[in-house]
Order: sequence, then C-alpha cells, then structure tokens
Amino acid sequence: MKNIRNFCIIAHIDHGKSTLADRLLEYTKTVSQRDQKAQILDDMDIERERGITIKSHAIQMDYIKNGERYVLNLIDTPGHVDFAYEVSRSIAACEGALLIVDSSQGIQAQTISNLYLALENNLEIIPVLNKIDLPGSMPEEVSDQVVALIGCKYEDILRASGKTGEGVYDIIDAIIDRIPPPKGIENAPLKALIFDSVFNSFRGIIAYFKIVDGVMKKGDRVKFVNTEKEYFAEEIGVLRIEKEPRDLVKTGDVGYIISGIKAAKEVKVGDTITNVADPCSESIQGFEDVKPMVFAGIYPVDTDDFEELRESMAKLQLNDASLVFEPESSAALGFGFRCGFLGMLHMEIIQERLEREFNMTVITTVPNVSYKAFLTNGDEVIVNNPSDLPDPSKTDYVEEPYIKAQIITKSEYMGGIISLCIQKRGIIGNQHFLTTDRVELNFEMPMGEIVFDFFDKLKSISRGYASLDYHPIGYRESHLVKLDIMLNREPVDALSAVIHRDKAYDWGKKICEKLKELIPRQQFEIAIQAAIGAKIISRETISAMRKDVTAKCYGGDISRKRKLLEKQKAGKKRMRQVGNVEIPQSAFMAVLKLD
Amino acid sequence: MGYIIYLRNNKANLFGLTPPNQLYILKLLSGLYIHIPYCRKACIYCDFHFSTVHKNKKQLLLCIQNEIALRESWLPKEPLESIYFGGGTPSICTDQEIGGILDLINKHFKISSNCEITLEANPDDLTREKTKALKQMGVNRLSIGIQSFFEEDLIWMNRAHNAMQAKACIENAQDAGIINISADIIFATPLLSMKKLEENLKTLIAFNIPHLSCYNLTVEEKTGLYHQVKTKKIEVVNDDQASVQFYFIRSYLQQHSYEHYEISNYAKPGYYSRHNTAYWQGNKYLGVGPSAHSFNGTSRSWNIANNEKYIKLLSQNELALETELLTVENRFNEILLTGLRTKWGIDIAHLQSQFQLQYSQIATTLKIMLERGELLLHDNKLSIAPEYWVMADGLVASLFII
Repeated sequence: MKNIRNFCIIAHIDHGKSTLADRLLEYTKTVSQRDQKAQILDDMDIERERGITIKSHAIQMDYIKNGERYVLNLIDTPGHVDFAYEVSRSIAACEGALLIVDSSQGIQAQTISNLYLALENNLEIIPVLNKIDLPGSMPEEVSDQVVALIGCKYEDILRASGKTGEGVYDIIDAIIDRIPPPKGIENAPLKALIFDSVFNSFRGIIAYFKIVDGVMKKGDRVKFVNTEKEYFAEEIGVLRIEKEPRDLVKTGDVGYIISGIKAAKEVKVGDTITNVADPCSESIQGFEDVKPMVFAGIYPVDTDDFEELRESMAKLQLNDASLVFEPESSAALGFGFRCGFLGMLHMEIIQERLEREFNMTVITTVPNVSYKAFLTNGDEVIVNNPSDLPDPSKTDYVEEPYIKAQIITKSEYMGGIISLCIQKRGIIGNQHFLTTDRVELNFEMPMGEIVFDFFDKLKSISRGYASLDYHPIGYRESHLVKLDIMLNREPVDALSAVIHRDKAYDWGKKICEKLKELIPRQQFEIAIQAAIGAKIISRETISAMRKDVTAKCYGGDISRKRKLLEKQKAGKKRMRQVGNVEIPQSAFMAVLKLD
Repeated sequence: MGYIIYLRNNKANLFGLTPPNQLYILKLLSGLYIHIPYCRKACIYCDFHFSTVHKNKKQLLLCIQNEIALRESWLPKEPLESIYFGGGTPSICTDQEIGGILDLINKHFKISSNCEITLEANPDDLTREKTKALKQMGVNRLSIGIQSFFEEDLIWMNRAHNAMQAKACIENAQDAGIINISADIIFATPLLSMKKLEENLKTLIAFNIPHLSCYNLTVEEKTGLYHQVKTKKIEVVNDDQASVQFYFIRSYLQQHSYEHYEISNYAKPGYYSRHNTAYWQGNKYLGVGPSAHSFNGTSRSWNIANNEKYIKLLSQNELALETELLTVENRFNEILLTGLRTKWGIDIAHLQSQFQLQYSQIATTLKIMLERGELLLHDNKLSIAPEYWVMADGLVASLFII
C-alpha cells in the first residue's frame, strides 16, 4: 500500500488535461508511443470531438523510482458543472490532485470549485503550469494566482508542456514524493467507494471503485450498501490500458468489478461496496442520489417511432444512470418522455447520443427547471413541465430554484457580465479581484435563467474569457406566469414556458417573431399568438404561400428535379404537424435562441 | 399528325409506368437529344450548360458524332420518333453542321418517317436563308426563344436578339414552310406589366404559333440573376403577382383554343411537344453532347458538363458518362414528379398495381389531398387540380417516398 498513489487532475476545459494525461501514460511506458492516439482517456466520440470529459475513467501506471516499484492510479474526472457530483466522488477516491492551469490563461471558475472540493477532501495539491511552451505563456503571473489561491510555495509549482513533454518526469516524481499513500486498514472489513460505472453490452455494468479498507477477492459475495443489492464478484481486476483481471485487489488500490449487473441505475456513484460475510460497520460518507436539475420533453420526430425511442432511452439509461425519464404526452407532439438531466450539457449529450448511437432524431422541447406550486388548498405541486403549472386562480404562490453563480473573468468584461446577470434577475453578491485584471463575481440568480441562453450570452460578452460555476441554494418565491403559444388559435403545449411576469411581454413578442422566422410559409395564413391565460399579448402573421413550382423540368435532367423535391420532402419529414400547421424541429427550441 | 394517334394508342404508357422488365414489351417512343453547348451571350437567368467561347466548336461537333456512333446500341432497335437539338443555342451551328449530324444519326439509327426533328433557335439566327436550309436538312420543328416582343425586356434578360428579330424570325420560318413552331416566353420579369404580357400573347396568337412554352422566371443558383437578387440589385416579382400572371396566361390561351397540358406548356390540338412529352411519360431517350441526360428505363445517366473534358474523352472514343441506377422509390417518385406536372396525370390503378408497397405508404396522404381538393381523381387518373398547379412542387414532394 505504501507504494500506491491515487490522484486526479483538476483542470479547466482546454487547459491540456488530456494531452498531459497521455504524456504520463507514455512516460511511464503504460502505452508505447506507437499505440498512442490522441486522448486515450476520452474514448467516446463526443468526448474527443468536443474536447471534454463526460465519464470518469481510471488508469493504472507502473513506475520504478530509486529501485522501488510504484503503482500510480490516475482517476480522470469530468470537468463540467453538470457532473459536479461525479467529480466529488472521484476526488474522494484520491489522496492527491494535479492542479493543471494553462499558463497562458490563468485560473478559471470551474477549476476553483473543484480545487475547493479537493482541499475539503484533504488532497495534496500539486500545481502544474501547463503549456509553458506557448508564446503567450505568463508563468509568473499565473504562479502568483496559484500561490494566492492555495497558499503553496512559489517553488512548489511545476512547469510543464503536454505538447513537448517538458517537465513530465518532474510531475511523476512529485506524484510519488508529495502525494501520501492511501491510509486504509488492510485487515478491516471490505469498504470500497464506487466512483463510476460503465456499460458493456457483453458483460453488463462494470463498476470502478477504490478500496478504502480491506481487500476484495474474486468470487466474494459483495453488497452495495445503499441499493442493498448483493452480487457475486465474477471478475475483479485493475484498470490498465485494458482491464486486467486479478484474484485480489488490495487496500488503497483502484479496480473494477463485474458481477452481471444489467442496468446502470443499480450502481450508484458514491455507493459503498462491502463483503456480505464480513460487512463494514458504516458506509462511506458523501453518498447522494443525484437529482436532475433541468427537464425537457423528448419526442420522436415521427410519432411511429415512440416505441423505438423508449427502447433507445432505456438502453441509454443502462449506461447513464443520471438520465431519468417518464412517459408524457403532448397535444402537439403526441407521445414522448419528460426527461430529467443534470444540466444543459448533459441534455445536449443525451440528444446527441440518441442521434449517434441509436439513429433517433428527436424533438427536444424548451428545457425548464423544477418549480414548486403552492395551492390555495395547501397542497404543494412539483412542476417539471410548464403545461402542468396549476391554474393561477387555484395557486397561492410559486417557487423556483435559485443558484449561487460564481463567474471568473477579465476585469474589462465585468460591466457587461454584471448587466447580463441583472437582466437575468441576478442579485449581485461580493466580488473580488484575484489579480489586478482577473475578477471573481458572485451572484444569486434563478436557475431557470441559466437554462435558457445564459452560457452563450456570457461567452459572447466575454469573448470566451469567462468561466461559470454554480450550485443550488434552494427555492424562492417568484412571480411566475405560464406563457402559451398558439398557432391558428390552437395552443401548442410543447412551446409553453414558465416566465417571470415582468419579462412575459417582451418574451412573448420575441418568440412570436422568432417563430415567424422559423415556420415556413404554408398554403394558408398562420397566426402566431402569445398568451398569458386568456389574454393575448403578442401576434405575428405568416402569410400564405402563393406559389411553389419550378417552371422548367431541367430538360431531360429528371434526377435533378427529383433530388430537389426529395430534399424538400426530407425537410418536411422533420416537421411536426400541429393542427394544420407544420412546425420544423428547430422551432421547439426557438426560445433558446432569442436575443 | 400521326403521332397524336400514336399517343392515344399508348395510353398505358402515357399515364403510368411499367416496371423495367415489362418496359420492352410495350412499343415505346424513343428520342434522341443533342446538346449544343454554345451561346452568343449569357442570358441573365440561364443555368443550362453552355459556353460563349466557340473556338473548339468544330472539334466538339465531331466528338458529338463520335458519341452518336459509340452509343448506337444504347436505345432499342426501333425507329426514332423524335430528334431534338437543344442547348445552348443549336441555331449557332451552320445548316451543314446540323445536316452532318442528322446524316450520321441516319447511319446509326432508324428514323421514323414522321419523326419530329426539332431545333432550338434564337431569333437572330433565323434568317430567311437559314430557315430554308434547315428545312432542307430535315428540321421540321423550331423551338424559338422569343421570350418577349419588347426591347426593354430583352435587354434586361441580356438576350442576343432584339424586338424586331423576335417577329421577323417567325415570318421567316413560316415562309420557309416550317409551321410547327414552339415559342418560349418568360413571365414574372420585373419590367413586364400585365398589359405587355397580354400583348406578347396576342402577337403569338396572331402568328398562329401552335405551341407555347410560358416560363415563370426562376432564380437559379450560379446565374447572374441569382447574384443580382442576392445583392439586392434586382427585386423579383412576388409570388402573388407571378401566380396572377400564371393564371392569366392560362385563361387567355385557353380562350384561344390552346390546351394547357403541362405546367409551362400550351398546345393547339395535336401540337404537343413530342420530345418533352417523352420526358414526362417516362419514355427512353438518348442524350449526346456535354451535360446531356439519357434515360433507358432503369437508369439515368448524364454526360460531363465540361466542353474541354468532353472533347478530351470523346476524341479518344471514350464516353464521359455518369450513371445512376434508379431504386423502386426513385422510379415511383419520378412518376409522381413528371406525371403530376401534366393535365393527363397518372393512371392510379397502374400505380397501385405496379408499386403496391409505395402506394400503400402514400394512401392516407393521397386521401387527405383529394379531400382538400388539391388532387383530382377522374376516370382513374390522378392529377393536380388546375388551381393548385402553382403549388405543384410542394404537393408532389409531400407524396414522395424517401
């Protein structure tokens, strides 16, 4: 156990975490350079393309120093706020963390919140300035930020370049010398922390764990404490580049277990594994059932595909337990599912995976948060779908979730960001300068405002130089109304949104204008109206299409004409008919793109 | 007028299509198309393949002859019922050049005794001498790009001819004994008022021209017009007005005993364009010359739309063809696409029996469209109601199988 080092990497997106991780694998000869493909750990297509980590991964490296063999377990964590809980469990499995900061960019909000998490868990932090080969690198300034933030010594900060390989051996030395070995009790009953799981279509769920106390043996009867389910440890082992089966995984080490589990929801991140014959007395602290933060309807584009969508969602849930869904029906869209996501990125990922992995094109409705309506009769109703908001006459008041947002940016963008946050009903809290030109801003604001277009706006105001982190701080009463959209006087439930009263008029007008842009002209006039209750607050009209025919058939080139019309039809197929109006898929997300 | 009888005798062929294996059993009309890819000037709206540089013309015409020889067995061994010189501007060719090609066709194909031999012509090319010579060579039908009888419209279109030539060419052709004339006119151009449109029609009727193609100005990509519309230098006529003009033309010409037999085409009884009708019927045709399209009943192919490359290949006796094999769905869609553009429509019983699966997929949509009155069903013939002809593309597309 004294030669085991468990560590994770804390870094902001694009600060070079994956490249540096690849270097560690290469320099410890875990992979040969020949097998190296960029970003080994991010093995999902979406992860590689977007340059983000969605799932946690773990990989074990061996390194010989001063004649001693060390086992280094790297636990790679997602970087996005949507996956904050997963990150917290990965951090809890480690004794140390590499804090990687892009030496040309400085520290970002996401990095700070994960860093605090690591500090709370008493992790040894090894700060590393990355990308020092870049011409824009500012190692002194960024070192000052790091010193100010974690109170380390200036000389404790390593400098490296994932690109050139400079400083990588120093990092490995620091991991061995500075990070303490795990402190488990070898002869205590088994206590292992599950920090992630993956789905394998042949083997079922493979859970990743770190053994806190005791050992795990192949063939053991084990119990997952929180789900109270018992399994037989069919295969256990460690995670090298490939899974390496072992008969025994020892105290402090990181490994995997395959036990014939079929669905991801049986394996909860943060749960404790113990031995049925000799159980531990208490489970590992910090376990939570993750709750979805954002809700949206997912509907098949073609109503006939509902069953296929159900199957696809169920399969997706097998390897993503944080996805929750239940059937719902919409007058406009037919049968579909109301889905809960960890956040907006998670929602995008689910939608993208449905398309990529299951070939399902879906309509996603406007996302919303979970509201609480308190009725005059004293009942409390949870509202996860705008169209479920109870009638105002029966409602005493409505509450919406608030978050505390932390934004780090360059001081020149401060003004713009503050006005954006105020526009989004934010209440400004304290602010402080990290350095002369980097400022940390704190706001309390409704989560519902973040769900819309906050990220995009923040990005454009700050030209990309702002990072955001947030966490929920409970519910607050708000004057919220349901805004309905009608097409030719028929309400389109899937376009309804819950909005603050003061913004409803402006919002209604903008959404009508946007829909006018997005809905193609049809053979008849289309009235687009926005209403609060029975009151129409805005109207736009799409005039009827009067001509849709090409004069020439392009001589003998029938193919050209056919392909043109096939394209037209393909576009139509992606539309949904509501009443007599055909609405393109994009219109259902239109409110996200309002200015 | 022998071929009209021919059409009547082949109704099955006209209104629906037979699957490939049965196609050869029915006697089919086959046509030959020759693409002459040269023009004197580029009209503002045209996106057909042509060049205004003529230095390789002789060589290219030789290559067309090579292609005719190479592809002599491409059509079944039955007489050609139609030969069509299109372009570009075929009338740019001398009468000897046209005659030379016709001679070669005669060597490699049987030509039916009443074969329709059409030449697309620009008014400025049709002098007295030229029309006479063409007639001598065997050309018996002229399709003339009149477009308008008003100078300002012709200038706006960047046409090579003027208003005087627009009229003179008709007289020349008729004097030479070619009465089977088709005239192209364009409507919904910015300078064309209703009054002028009526005037154009009146002139054509006065000349007793038996076939008219009335084209709604279309903004095609990669044209001068497209560029100018994009940069807001030209504002096109709006759809409402264009639609009004479309129906004005329809009723005006119907009053003067023209039949509106295809979205853009009108004919006096017996004067349907045999060549274009073949396109809409799904008949076989062979197209030679750069960019020309061919259809053999099961696949469509097209020549490279590049004069230099065409010359390079054909001078080595190599074809410059690309081919697309049609799936059942493709064929089904094409029947809808071509058939529903005509007043004859599609034989629904035929469609139902030959494309059972595809038909069942559109049956519900079909029913709705019939109820809405967008489609008509008379005597088993499915057609688009005339008042919906201006919406034909969208209606046809909604019946497509993809």
